[in-house]
Amino acid sequence: MKQVFKRPESMTDKPFHFCPGCHHGIVHRLVAEALDHFNLREKTIGVASVGCSVFLYDYFAVDVIEAPHGRAAAVAAGTKRVLGDNIVFTYQGDGDLAAIGTAEVIHAANRGDNITVIFVNNSIYGMTGGQMAPTTLLGQRSTTSPYGRDNLRDGYPIKMTEMLAALEGPSLVSRVAVNTPGNVKKARKVIRQAFQMQIEGKGFSFVEVLSTCPTNWGMSPQKANERIAEEMIPYFPLGTLKQRDVVDVL
Amino acid sequence: MSKPLKKVFSKGNEAIAMAAINAGCHYYFGYPITPQNEIPEYMAEHLPAVGGEFLQAESEIASINMLLGAAATGVRVMTSSSGPGISLMQEGFSYFAGNELPAVVVNMSRQGPGLGGINATQGDYFQSVKGGGHGDYKLIVLAPHTGQELYDLTIKAFELAEKYRMLTLVLGDAILGQIKEPITPWVPEKTSGGDDRDWLITGAKGRPPRRITSLFLADGEMEKHNWHLQEKYARLERDDVMVEDRDTADAKLVVVAFGSVARIVKSAIDQARAAGMKVGLVRPITLFPFPRKLLGELGGNCKNFLVAEMNTGQMVEDVKLALPGDCTVDFYGRPGGSVPTPEDLYEVISATYSKHKL
Repeated sequence: MKQVFKRPESMTDKPFHFCPGCHHGIVHRLVAEALDHFNLREKTIGVASVGCSVFLYDYFAVDVIEAPHGRAAAVAAGTKRVLGDNIVFTYQGDGDLAAIGTAEVIHAANRGDNITVIFVNNSIYGMTGGQMAPTTLLGQRSTTSPYGRDNLRDGYPIKMTEMLAALEGPSLVSRVAVNTPGNVKKARKVIRQAFQMQIEGKGFSFVEVLSTCPTNWGMSPQKANERIAEEMIPYFPLGTLKQRDVVDVL
Repeated sequence: MSKPLKKVFSKGNEAIAMAAINAGCHYYFGYPITPQNEIPEYMAEHLPAVGGEFLQAESEIASINMLLGAAATGVRVMTSSSGPGISLMQEGFSYFAGNELPAVVVNMSRQGPGLGGINATQGDYFQSVKGGGHGDYKLIVLAPHTGQELYDLTIKAFELAEKYRMLTLVLGDAILGQIKEPITPWVPEKTSGGDDRDWLITGAKGRPPRRITSLFLADGEMEKHNWHLQEKYARLERDDVMVEDRDTADAKLVVVAFGSVARIVKSAIDQARAAGMKVGLVRPITLFPFPRKLLGELGGNCKNFLVAEMNTGQMVEDVKLALPGDCTVDFYGRPGGSVPTPEDLYEVISATYSKHKL
């Protein structure tokens, strides 16, 4: 019998600790598939951030450095400057990248550091128990915005993809979602392109992935998936805002 | 063992940069701040020629984290800063300790608190040796007092950092960084920690994946890790204390001072000796590990000590803890904004000598 589906080699066989319906597992797999596609497992260095994705090293069969909260892009920049022939990626949530680590990611992008940043935006702080994130939508309730996010007090949800696309440094800036099979296929392609940019030395590549957090949203996995389409995509539109020319290998 | 090079006339900051490159440090990440700018400027000019890379970061927070990412690969790396910038790096220092990564940081300290002033001070002693970041950790802290020593100890800093997988802080000040002196540079035999270390992050080619982490959530793991760190600190205290012990054999009064103050104290002690006073000097070169053992032993013979610092009393606490309880410890301190002259210190030594009827 022919095997048609298997675990990517860039992943370990450790079961995910993620909550039911969380998208981290899907995004992890898409990143691992991209590493496998280009045969990068043995030359890749992952930079884990602080949040639910800190356990990157449990699930990826690659060398991993754990960065302080928000500093993954600076850590990755340091690693890549030394190991220019290796592949370096960060995997960061919205609290990590868009609040405490905003300066680091903007300057890594602006320098065009030849790294890949996977930004998982679930509009909430997951690991710490559902506090308001910089990407929390207006009116969205969280444990620190119990009456809903109010733009007069909290400002508006920050659009990192749009901000970074305005810079000269990045090679690829794109927002994807993994809430439907169709969107997963598109996300797979974009994540692969992001690593291709790095392989070809085109500079900083950035993929924002809209993601669920059913536990902290207080929703069933199915309802959380629906919320991506109904509430998140209208405010955080999908699409590639910036892309350098690259040979389409897909 | 080492290869001496042609003597040069160099600023302290340049001596550090030169030493770092000769020690095999080919990566530098930093952010401008006075009074240490000659270090990044020298690195920016000279690193390309050795195939290295200088990168100016967007902040000291970014510098220390770039350093972390580079240190994880095992290469020799350095950053430098002063007061406010070193404060911003404290989070990173704590992660270096937890992650057990080797690197060198230079603090050419300036006056504080706050924006303070750009001249010399020793107000960062507590921050350096007591741990300015979170957690129960130490840095190796080296305190040079001449241009040549800035050079020598920068090389030593890389060796100690690698030996213990720790961050080594070279603590100077504006005087030491800016003063121009003749220096004999040299190249150490060993200019790398080696590629065979079993923790280097290089990509998992033909071996199991590795991780650099300071997160320990499993039952008992955190305590085990902390005891492991403490064991390293104990080993440092046993094997790698450096101290200058000068004229203490017959001394009735021993002055304890480090860095640029120790240098000024030496002139004052020469005057005191010429005037017939039996005065010695203990100059801690490693501020951590602190020369507790030597002071404790010395306190068995000599009973009178004087601590001089360019702060209002920081190292004096460690001196008191190290000495037997029957020793007297006088203190002379000047806060940021002033530098004592040899004459000031001579007066203090002379007055302390008389006060205790020595």
